[in-house]
Amino acid sequence: MANVPEKLHYSKDHEWVRVEGETGTVGITDHAQHALGDVVYVELPKVGDKFEAHEAFGSVESVKAVSELFSPVSGVVTEVNESLQDEPEKVNTDPYGEAWMIRIRVGSAGEVDGLLSSAEYEDYLKAETE
Amino acid sequence: MLAKVGLNSIEELFTSIPEDIRLRAPLNVPHALSELEMLARFEEIAGRNTAARRPSFLGAGAYAHYSPTVVDHLISRSEFFTAYTPYQPEISQGTLQAIFEFQTLCCQLTGMEVANASMYDGSTALAEAVMMSERITRRSRVVVSPAVHPEYLEVVQTYVQHAGIELVRAEFNEGTGQTDLTDDAILNDAAALVVQSPNFFGSIENLNRMADRAHQAGALFIVCVTESISFGLLRSPGACDADIVVAEGQSFGVPVSFGGPFVGLFATREKYARQMPGRLVGTAFDKEGRRGFVLTLATREQHIRREKATSNICTNQGLVALAATVYLTTMGRRGIEEVATQCAQKAAYAARRISALDGFSLPYSAPRFNEFVVCGPQAADGLLRRLAEERNITGGLALSRYFPDKPNDFLVCCTEMNTRAEIDNLVNGLSSLI
Repeated sequence: MANVPEKLHYSKDHEWVRVEGETGTVGITDHAQHALGDVVYVELPKVGDKFEAHEAFGSVESVKAVSELFSPVSGVVTEVNESLQDEPEKVNTDPYGEAWMIRIRVGSAGEVDGLLSSAEYEDYLKAETE
Repeated sequence: MLAKVGLNSIEELFTSIPEDIRLRAPLNVPHALSELEMLARFEEIAGRNTAARRPSFLGAGAYAHYSPTVVDHLISRSEFFTAYTPYQPEISQGTLQAIFEFQTLCCQLTGMEVANASMYDGSTALAEAVMMSERITRRSRVVVSPAVHPEYLEVVQTYVQHAGIELVRAEFNEGTGQTDLTDDAILNDAAALVVQSPNFFGSIENLNRMADRAHQAGALFIVCVTESISFGLLRSPGACDADIVVAEGQSFGVPVSFGGPFVGLFATREKYARQMPGRLVGTAFDKEGRRGFVLTLATREQHIRREKATSNICTNQGLVALAATVYLTTMGRRGIEEVATQCAQKAAYAARRISALDGFSLPYSAPRFNEFVVCGPQAADGLLRRLAEERNITGGLALSRYFPDKPNDFLVCCTEMNTRAEIDNLVNGLSSLI
């Protein structure tokens, strides 16, 4: 069973966001990294780029496939995890920690309302696999 | 056969074609000939093509160099001579190794870190380089030297016109014959600066200085080479800090003929490899530890990344790239240097003799490789036509074809194929016709 930490918000595209003040930290879920397989490359945006919710902000490449990364919230990129350029395998080993991908200045506090809680995401995964 | 497909006449096969555009009369084709008659007929037609046997000083993007006989011999071997390049490693180690060696040679020539399996030709390689610079910098303004081959610029324009990329032309220095970047603001917010060297007018550009200017503005520096033999003598674009190098490889063992074939070289820095177009062969090891060759970084390509692929090219210019590989391997480092030196020395001799003629001058002062512009005392197209008709010499290219404001200018190219006697005949011919 995939690891789904509490206190994070989840999208149906299998991204997570942790909101602290105005800043949202975004990554992909444990379920997503497991489905992708060994990640070999992560393509990320630049600081200052602006994204709408559900817009593609980059891509993640595994030995199996290339998948787009969709931003769970709208906002402006304030920080990018450059360490993933050299160590993309962190996405597999620590998807909720070291393998955070971007930090976004979140458009508004209501941004996360449309996202799933950890319990809802677990149900969503269950429904998806059934 | 008609009965098998349930039809009564040949005409019924064409019912999907509207009546009014269908051919009603029999095709106007000559009656059948025996093999003997046909060979005689074709030899007679070919014999009328005197232009192909004239001494020629045409360059401008296609160059007549000597191709050792081993090139045609090896590329015609049945192991290589297929209609399509097979890429499956299980059955294609020979082809893949040849491509890998081609890539290695491209890197050595250009001074770059990674090269792809080849592009269709130099002009499409340049267009791909321009689009790659947009992906890397996320800027959409590309500054091009006006001394890039005009047909290359047309191809680039065709590629980018619907991609939201704007091409901006830099100025041209009419004294040196080089690109002029004195306009300080021109590179602001540019994705790339594109320069050809030696440029269309034969002038060698100051690549180091232009690389600095491009990089100061945060732009990539793209170098384009149409005469790849120049790699044998000039400092490599990689050593001059280029980010992407594209070149036409026809000079390497491929004869000039109507419209090709050509082959594009494409090389860049390793950090940009994931944004590179085209196929890429790498080495791998099988389960017994033996070295093998496979396509790699295929996730850039459209069979995986669909519309987000770096390019729509799904192939390479296999046979022509193989010819270039055999040519380069046969000639070796010293051989290419020797060919390049001969080209440069013969061009220098021709330039010196022509500029000594009354009424002829060399308008540009920059260093040259094997091509140079001559300004004559009368319209160049008429002069060159008379040179061909009366002296049986193809004297070069009248620049009025691309630059109506340069009616008296023509571009002369020398390669190792031009003998001293041919050059002397050119000089005497020019002097006698004015």
